Amino acid sequence: MSIIENHKTVGSPLSEGAKLRARDVCVFYGEKQAIYNVSLDIRQNEVIALIGPSGCGKSTFLRCLNRMNDTIDICNVTGEILLDGDNIYDPRVDVVPLRATVGMVFQKPNPFPKSIYDNIAYGPRIHGLASSRVDLDEIVEKSLQRAGLWNEVKDRLHAPGTGLSGGQQQRLCIARTIAVDPEVILMDEPCSALDPIATAKIEELIDELRENYTIAIVTHSMQQAARVSQRTAYFHLGQLIEVNATDKVFTTPEHQLTEAYITGRFG
Amino acid sequence: MTDSTMTTRQKVEASMRRRRAAETRFRLYGMASVLFGLLCLVVLFGDIFSKGTSAFSQTVLTTTIEIDGDYLDITPDSSESDIMSANYDGLIKRHFKNDVQPKGRSEARSLFSLISSGAGWQIQSQVLEDPSVIGKTVTVDLLVDDDVDQWFKHEYGNDSGSVRLSEKQLEWITGWIESDALKTQFNTTFFVNGDSREPELAGIRGAITGTLLTLLVTFLLSFPIGVAAAIYLEEFAPKNRLTEIVEININNLAAVPSITFGLLGLAIFINIFGVSRSTPLVGGLVLTLMTLPTIIISGRAAIKAVPPSIREAALGLGASKMQTVFHHVLPLAMPGMLTGTIIGMAQALGETAPLLMIGMIAFVVDVPGFINDPSTVLPVQIFLWSDSPERAFTERTSGAIMVLLGFLIIMNTAAVMLRRRLERRW
Repeated sequence: MSIIENHKTVGSPLSEGAKLRARDVCVFYGEKQAIYNVSLDIRQNEVIALIGPSGCGKSTFLRCLNRMNDTIDICNVTGEILLDGDNIYDPRVDVVPLRATVGMVFQKPNPFPKSIYDNIAYGPRIHGLASSRVDLDEIVEKSLQRAGLWNEVKDRLHAPGTGLSGGQQQRLCIARTIAVDPEVILMDEPCSALDPIATAKIEELIDELRENYTIAIVTHSMQQAARVSQRTAYFHLGQLIEVNATDKVFTTPEHQLTEAYITGRFG
Repeated sequence: MTDSTMTTRQKVEASMRRRRAAETRFRLYGMASVLFGLLCLVVLFGDIFSKGTSAFSQTVLTTTIEIDGDYLDITPDSSESDIMSANYDGLIKRHFKNDVQPKGRSEARSLFSLISSGAGWQIQSQVLEDPSVIGKTVTVDLLVDDDVDQWFKHEYGNDSGSVRLSEKQLEWITGWIESDALKTQFNTTFFVNGDSREPELAGIRGAITGTLLTLLVTFLLSFPIGVAAAIYLEEFAPKNRLTEIVEININNLAAVPSITFGLLGLAIFINIFGVSRSTPLVGGLVLTLMTLPTIIISGRAAIKAVPPSIREAALGLGASKMQTVFHHVLPLAMPGMLTGTIIGMAQALGETAPLLMIGMIAFVVDVPGFINDPSTVLPVQIFLWSDSPERAFTERTSGAIMVLLGFLIIMNTAAVMLRRRLERRW
C-alpha cells in the first residue's frame, strides 16, 4: 500500500453546527510530520471513534484537541481547531480553562496516589467549583454515580485510589474527568489495559455519557468502535482517509484503505 | 572440540566446565572484595573504639575539704563577684599541703601538679551554686591531672611505671588509691565543656554546638535553594544549550575538591562581604555551596522518577503547570529529595578542609551561642586534638570520632527510615 499524497478525506468529515472543528491540522515532531492536513468536525453529543493502524496519528490528533501536545517540547501544531467557534490554538487562549472544558481519559488508568475521594475532588478544588464541603461531597458522589463506581466504593471513599482494580481505576479516572463537568471528553484507548468485563462496563458508560457530553475515542478495537460510536474516522499514516457513520464504515466503506483495514488485511 | 560430528548438546556440555569455573571464580572475587571491605571497617572501628572508650571515663580524687571563709575572705552573704574572685587554688594547695605534708617547695610543686588546674573552678562553681557551704567541710570529687588520669586508667594494675610521674608522686597516688580516694567516673566534662589546653578540662560541647549551628545554616540555605533549582531545571526550564551547560556545571561542582570551596568562601564571604571569620554562619555558607550540587542532582533524579502519567492526569484536568508540580510531583518526589538532602548534610557534617580555610580551626573555648559567635566543628576539633602531644588528647580524639560517627549513623538511618516511611507506590 503506497503512501497517498494530498489525500482528500472521503465521506462526511464536516457537518453543520459541530462542537469541535479541526481545519487543516498538521502536527510536526521536530522535522517529522505526524499529521497531514486533517479537517474533521465533531458534533455535539456524539461519540466519534478514531481508528487506524499503530502510528497513524489518531492519538496525536486527539491530544491536539485539548492541547496536551503542548507538554512535548518539539511538537508543533499548525491549522485551526475551533471549540464553539473559538480557535483553541490562539496565543491568547489559556490551556487551563480549555482543559477544564475538554477533559481527557488516558490509555493507562492513572489515578493520583491519593484517596478515591481526593482523586475526584481534585479537579473541582483547583477550579473552585464547590462552594462548601457539602457541595464537594455532592460532586464526588454524583461523579462516581455517573461513572458507575459509587456502589463499589461508597464505603471506602478514603481508601487509596491506586488500590482499586484496573477497570475500577479507569472508571475512577472517568469520574475524575466528569467531576470538572467538561463539555467534551477525549478518550485515548481507555480500555486497552482492561479485561473484557471491565471493557464492557466502560463501553456501557460511554454510551450513557453521550447524553451529556461530546466524546472522541481512540480505539484499536474495531468491535469497540462499532459498539460505542455513531461516526468513525479512519486514519492512515497521518492522513484522515474516511469519515462516515459507523454502520456505513463497517459495512460499505468508501475507501479501499478503510476496507483493507476493517477486513483485517493490515493493521 | 569443534568436531563437526558433535551435536550442539555435546558442544554445550563440553564447555560447561569452563563456564562453571568462571562463575565460581567471579563469585569468589566478589566475596573477597566484600570481606576485605568488612575487614577494613573492623580494623578502623576496632582501633577507634579501643582507643576512644577510655575518653568517656575520668579519674577523680575524692577529698574532704573545708571551705574556709576566713582564708577565702568571703561569707555566705558576699557578692557574686567576690565569691568568683576568691583564691580557690590556694585553698586546695593549702589543703593538700596539710594533708600530704610534702617536704620543700619542689616537692610541693610536684604534689600540686597531680591535681587538675580546673579543680579551683570546681570548688568555685560549687560555692557559687550554694554559698551556704562557706565555712563548712564538704566532700568533693576533684579532677586530677591528665598524667595521673592516664596512669590510673592504663598503667595501674599492670605493674608498669610512668615516664611522666616521679617515684614520689606515684607514692602519693598509691596512698590515695589505698584509701579509696581515687576512682574513675563518667566523664561529663567531655560533653559539657568547650575546648581547653588541659585534656581533663577539654570537651566537645563547643564543637557539637558549632556543628549543629553550621548544619542549621547549611540546611536552611541549601534545602530551599536546592529544591527550587531542581524543580525549575526539571519542570520549567526550556531544554536548550544553556540549560545543558548549567546541568553539566552542576555535575562538575559536585566533584570540585572541597578546599576550593573554602578558598572561595574566604575570598567572597569573608573578604568581599565581610562576614566574620570562624563563625557557623560563614561555615554554613561555604558548606551550602558544597551541598547544593548533591541536593540538586538527587532532587532532579527524584522528580524524574515521578511517572509522567501523574503529570498528564493533572494537566488533563486543567491544573496549571505549577499546581501539577506542587500538588502531585513534589509530594511524590519529596522522599527522594529528603534522602539526598540528608546525605548532603552528612557529607557536610564530616567536612573539614573548607572550614580550615575560613578560620574555624581557631582555638575556641567558649560554647557558641548563635551563628555569629566564633566556634569550631567536630571534625576540625578532631583535627586539632589529633595534633596535640598529650596522651589524654589521643583518647579524646578517638572519643570525638566516635561521637561524630554516631551522628553520621543517626543521620543515615534517618534517611533510610524517611525513605521507607514516605515512599508511595503507584
